[in-house]
Amino acid sequence: MAAKGESWLRSDAAQGYALISPPAIYALLLLAAPLATILAYSFFKDGYLTVIHEFTLQNYLATWSDPIFRVILVRSLFVAGLVTLVTVGLAFPIAYYLSFGLAPNQKARWIFLITIPFWTSYLIRVFLWKVILGYNGVINSALEGIGIIGPNGLIADPLQMLNSVGAIALTLAHAYAPFAILPIFVSLEKIDRSLLEAGQDLGESRWRTFLRVTLPLAMPGVVAATLIVFIPTVGDYVTPELIGGGKMPMVANLIQAQMLPLDNRPLGSAIAVSSLLVVAALALVFLWLNRRFLKVGK
Amino acid sequence: MKFPSLKIYALAYLIFLYAPIFLLPLFAFNDGTIIAFPLKGFTTDWFAKMAENDTLRHALTNSLIIALTSSAGATILAVFAARASTRYKFRAKGGIMGLIMLPMVLPDILMGMSLLLVMLEVLRVNLSIGTVILGHVIIALPYAIAVLQTAFATLDQSLEEAAVDLGETRMSTFRLIVLPLVMPGIISAFLISFTISLDEFIVAFFLAGNQPTLPTYIFSQLRFPSAIPVIMALGTCLVAASILLLSVAEFFRRRGIKRTGAKDTGGFL
Repeated sequence: MAAKGESWLRSDAAQGYALISPPAIYALLLLAAPLATILAYSFFKDGYLTVIHEFTLQNYLATWSDPIFRVILVRSLFVAGLVTLVTVGLAFPIAYYLSFGLAPNQKARWIFLITIPFWTSYLIRVFLWKVILGYNGVINSALEGIGIIGPNGLIADPLQMLNSVGAIALTLAHAYAPFAILPIFVSLEKIDRSLLEAGQDLGESRWRTFLRVTLPLAMPGVVAATLIVFIPTVGDYVTPELIGGGKMPMVANLIQAQMLPLDNRPLGSAIAVSSLLVVAALALVFLWLNRRFLKVGK
Repeated sequence: MKFPSLKIYALAYLIFLYAPIFLLPLFAFNDGTIIAFPLKGFTTDWFAKMAENDTLRHALTNSLIIALTSSAGATILAVFAARASTRYKFRAKGGIMGLIMLPMVLPDILMGMSLLLVMLEVLRVNLSIGTVILGHVIIALPYAIAVLQTAFATLDQSLEEAAVDLGETRMSTFRLIVLPLVMPGIISAFLISFTISLDEFIVAFFLAGNQPTLPTYIFSQLRFPSAIPVIMALGTCLVAASILLLSVAEFFRRRGIKRTGAKDTGGFL
């Protein structure tokens, strides 16, 4: 018995558990436990300056019966959906070019170039879009410079582009671009090139080979890219605040208002949990549809 | 040349990605208080004003302390996780790694608000740069792991077996064989975590209390039109610093791959 225990301690599994435990415990304490706390708080009552630890569904009732919440949730989902569509759509050709159009020694350099903007100050990048799209911004002053905008131009007044869903979507699409490119690139890299040659040898055109071989095999990357862009964009705080000018709040702005200035943390928690559940449900439906679609495709 | 039209598209896409960043120095050196075209003239006043600003210096000190500590923490934890996940097989590995990697997809605001709740309501501690450090470790950890997993995965296991056969213990094998080979990956992971922490806004916004960090300071100043030129100057410095850090990180990442003799498949993540 002792010998068995000792051999288990020397086994791969025991070594693995010993190694994984520091990061795992850290993630349990500072990620899982806090998320569980949100869940618990969403069922607590809000007192004045305190939280009363009694079970109630009041926060969820208040959340879902509030038309403002529904408008904001629908807007967040719409913006995130639009951003995902644009980002993944624009990213696919880039990923394809990186994987099929470049010599192997050039790939790392291109990926580095694409990821750099992603790692540089998010706040400042978002603010620069405000500068580009603003009333006196880069686009308007350029159009004025070439005479399209002005008393004698095609358009009398500078374009009003900020404070719109489109401007928010453009800014977010720019911010999340590399997130969409990398997963697609990885799945394209995994494709066995001889499959493509086989397709063409058997008389398929290049385009048909792409549709019937490359695209289905790249789908896992597209799915990953979709989720990795959609989920964080639903919860984006900075862009609606800066580009939407506070007039186009999304879910994160609503949550922030409840958590900090309004100090109704149970309600803020209920809003967060509700939004997260909706997003999770959408993600599961998307994954299910995709699996079904791909199976039928075979 | 394969795919000429795709190449043009790719170059246009790169311009789209870099357009905002190219504007930054233009306005930082522009001799005008309004951020608009046409540019007025060249000045370095905004950089001088930036250097004189006390709150900004305080924010910078805070951000550097937070970035150094949290990236050290994240890198150490990431070495454990990356080693465990690439070298060992054990039950529930997928689930445990899934939890650790979760912040990569989770909106930052969830991390910010949930940690705020725990700190204020459960633990009842005061918000400080310490609470931001705890949060930044969680945020940077998945990225550090992603970098280190490539470093550990490209290791040839027969090197370790040879060392053990020659009488080294597991610990000394790790120290003498594994660690030197993955060192470039460790440096790269540290620099990536550092960059993430330096730029992170939401978690710092929730957890810093009344302590400024660079991003929260920038956010508070964006409302005041008169403060914008200084922020543009600061942004120019930050972007330059990020690019420098990332280039060094990329250099070490490539060196690490070369050292283990693997093929470069490109990129972080």
